[in-house]
Amino acid sequence: MGYKMGLKEFDKIFEILSQDYEIYGPKTIEKAGRFSDTNNIRYEKISSIEELEYKEKSLFSPKDVLFPVNETMFNIEGEKLKEIEEEDKKYLIFLRSCDLNAIDRLDNMFLKNGNIEDNYYKKKRQNTKFILMECIESYLNCFCVSMNTNKADNYSMGIKLANDEIYLEIKDKEFDDLFKGCEKENYTVKFIEENQHKVEVPNIEDIKLELFNDEMWEAYDRCIGCGRCNFSCPTCTCFTTTDIYYDENKTKGERRRTWASCHVDGFSDMAGGHSFRQNTGSRMRYKVMHKIYNYKKRFGENMCVGCGRCDDRCPEYISYAKCINLVTEKTREEA
Amino acid sequence: MLDINTKKVMKNAYRITKRRGETALRVRTPGGEFPADIMPILTEIATQYGDGNLHITTRQGFEITGIKYEDMPIVNELVAPIIEKLQKHIGVKIDNPKDGYPAAGTRNISACIGNEICPYANYNTLEFAKKIEAAIYPHDLHFKVATTGCPNDCVKARMQDFGIIGMANVKYDQNYCVGCQACVKNCADRCTGALSMHKGKVIRNKELCVECGECVTRCPTQAWTRSSDKRFRLVIMGRTGKKDPRLAQEFATNIDMESIIKIIQNTYDFVEEYITPGKAKEHIGYIVDREGYHEFKKWALKDVKLPEETKIKPYMEW
Ligand code: HEM
Ligand code: HEM
Ligand code: SF4
Ligand code: SF4
Ligand code: SF4
Ligand code: SF4
Ligand code: SF4
Repeated sequence: MGYKMGLKEFDKIFEILSQDYEIYGPKTIEKAGRFSDTNNIRYEKISSIEELEYKEKSLFSPKDVLFPVNETMFNIEGEKLKEIEEEDKKYLIFLRSCDLNAIDRLDNMFLKNGNIEDNYYKKKRQNTKFILMECIESYLNCFCVSMNTNKADNYSMGIKLANDEIYLEIKDKEFDDLFKGCEKENYTVKFIEENQHKVEVPNIEDIKLELFNDEMWEAYDRCIGCGRCNFSCPTCTCFTTTDIYYDENKTKGERRRTWASCHVDGFSDMAGGHSFRQNTGSRMRYKVMHKIYNYKKRFGENMCVGCGRCDDRCPEYISYAKCINLVTEKTREEA
Repeated sequence: MLDINTKKVMKNAYRITKRRGETALRVRTPGGEFPADIMPILTEIATQYGDGNLHITTRQGFEITGIKYEDMPIVNELVAPIIEKLQKHIGVKIDNPKDGYPAAGTRNISACIGNEICPYANYNTLEFAKKIEAAIYPHDLHFKVATTGCPNDCVKARMQDFGIIGMANVKYDQNYCVGCQACVKNCADRCTGALSMHKGKVIRNKELCVECGECVTRCPTQAWTRSSDKRFRLVIMGRTGKKDPRLAQEFATNIDMESIIKIIQNTYDFVEEYITPGKAKEHIGYIVDREGYHEFKKWALKDVKLPEETKIKPYMEW
């Protein structure tokens, strides 16, 4: 069912939804960007449709909601660990098609990777519904079409904002009643069919050991190992776990997990001080291979969804997208 | 039969040069920024009436050299469109631009390139320089003011009577911090070593921090942000020269734009009260030295409504 309404009218419905759901969406945080007088766009709780950043692509991704940067897993009391009980909250998340496809990658990593499900992720995920934002343009560095992530269908509502009006596609029966009495409109989400950039992913059978040792990776030693690409990536799921004892009371503390990045120093440090992949070029290789090779071998699809945020944010102008095309070229040369 | 009033010439931003019969005109470009279309005017003056050369001054203006004193009226007329664009347009009160520059004592307000371009800058130095130009020019008293985006101080604010240095007033949200240490390592390496790690999170020593904001530029998760209120470090009475050269010292921290402008304006009253009669070019710094920091402070802060968080130095050791 489709509807059309003004922003104020939608905000009334937004208010009703807020009673049951914590609503998250990309939000512009004024002057909180990397450089002075620039903005940040990241996922935060929003309380009205005006707060939703609909026009620009967010710098950080919706994974922040389901997999927070820092998450307490256990409270520690002396020798005892007590698992954190997630409150019974329900979540609604506004996101774009690439990011909705990325949720499927997170599901694989947290729920279908081995026999154990990640409880923390699961508790949030099973109570989460999605509102798909129609992309009115393909942004700089997007390559969703190449990754087949320009389209999605497992969303509850689809929206488009144009001329201060909001168009809605309601797919989830749960929300039908809310819109009774609103003006009907024949609207369904339209998807981006073409990006500025095309990326060709290699066949995994063509990736041979020689490629790992290829000199092409040396060009990426210019990576400074900052981790922006991983932290903004909607599909990176690495974390590191630490026990922290509070300064005020050393018998109490928490076990906390925190995002990790395979580009940042320390990622491959082992007990005893041994560390793999010391040069950043080999970290680039590790990331790229995880995105388009290792993950695919396990789950049958690419991990990368082509959102292009890694290219958007790299301070060294390293293009991951260009790197994939280079890898594909190499596999053809070698074949 | 050249008969000129050298004092009037100098107030008109012309110089009495070593070459008999020739003067040079200083063109003010507040913030050191201007639309490129003023260049043909400079070219025309330099080639038709000057010796064909332009000199870029230390304060980021232009000096057109080799102009004949007789040609000053026509050169003033030619330079008028530049005065319209760079001074009148930003609110400087000038009655008739065709008379040339109305004063030269208060020098061009210089600026580093600031946050239009530079990743380190904490504010728009060019805009602020222009605001100051509009607030204090034209004036015959010898004041030097510069705005710089961060404590790197590329414009040498520490050599001015008033140097304005941007402060980031950083905030840290540990919920976004992944403990990568990029900020900590960078601060130790390039800044003041104000940051350290404690149990995976960052601690900032506010005594050491100079509010440069580099942690904000380094943090991959933007756990660091700048304050949205613009605040500055105001350093005063720096000078080069023969008598006791010195760097400017901190007068105020966490001060806002309006207060800075008011303080500079107040200082004109202070100087008018205490300047040695007949020594129109006496540097403010020497006057402050003579009358004492406390007297200066009393005048400078008159009717200034400082933000609550502003700190003024109670005593000053130069
Ligand atoms: C029963 C035997 C082994 C098991 C179960 C095992 C398991 C693992 C696992 C789970 C990882 C972590 C992979 C990751 O970080 O994603 C790993 C990494 C690694 N293992 Fe093993 N391993 C075994 C034997 C060995 C042996 C015999 C060697 C060396 C001779 C070795 C060398 C390494 C290295 C170098 C890494 C780091 C690779 C990288 O991060 O790219 N492992 N291993
Ligand atoms: C067949 C025997 C073993 C295998 C295959 C094995 C494999 C591994 C692997 C894959 C890791 C994770 C490395 C990583 O990705 O960070 C690991 C970590 C570790 N292993 Fe073993 N291990 C073995 C025996 C042992 C033994 C006998 C000890 C101690 C006596 C030990 C102590 C540790 C410790 C302390 C770590 C944590 C290292 C760190 O995170 O820095 N392991 N081991
Ligand atoms: S690897 Fe880059 S393009 Fe692919 S999903 Fe991650 S951030 Fe987006
Ligand atoms: S290994 Fe690297 S690329 Fe893969 S999920 Fe972890 S941080 Fe991301
Ligand atoms: S590739 Fe770029 S964004 Fe990623 S860690 Fe290296 S320098 Fe940082
Ligand atoms: S003073 Fe700072 S802001 Fe200005 S140009 Fe230098 S580094 Fe950039
Ligand atoms: S750079 Fe950012 S994420 Fe890294 S330690 Fe500093 S505050 Fe934390």
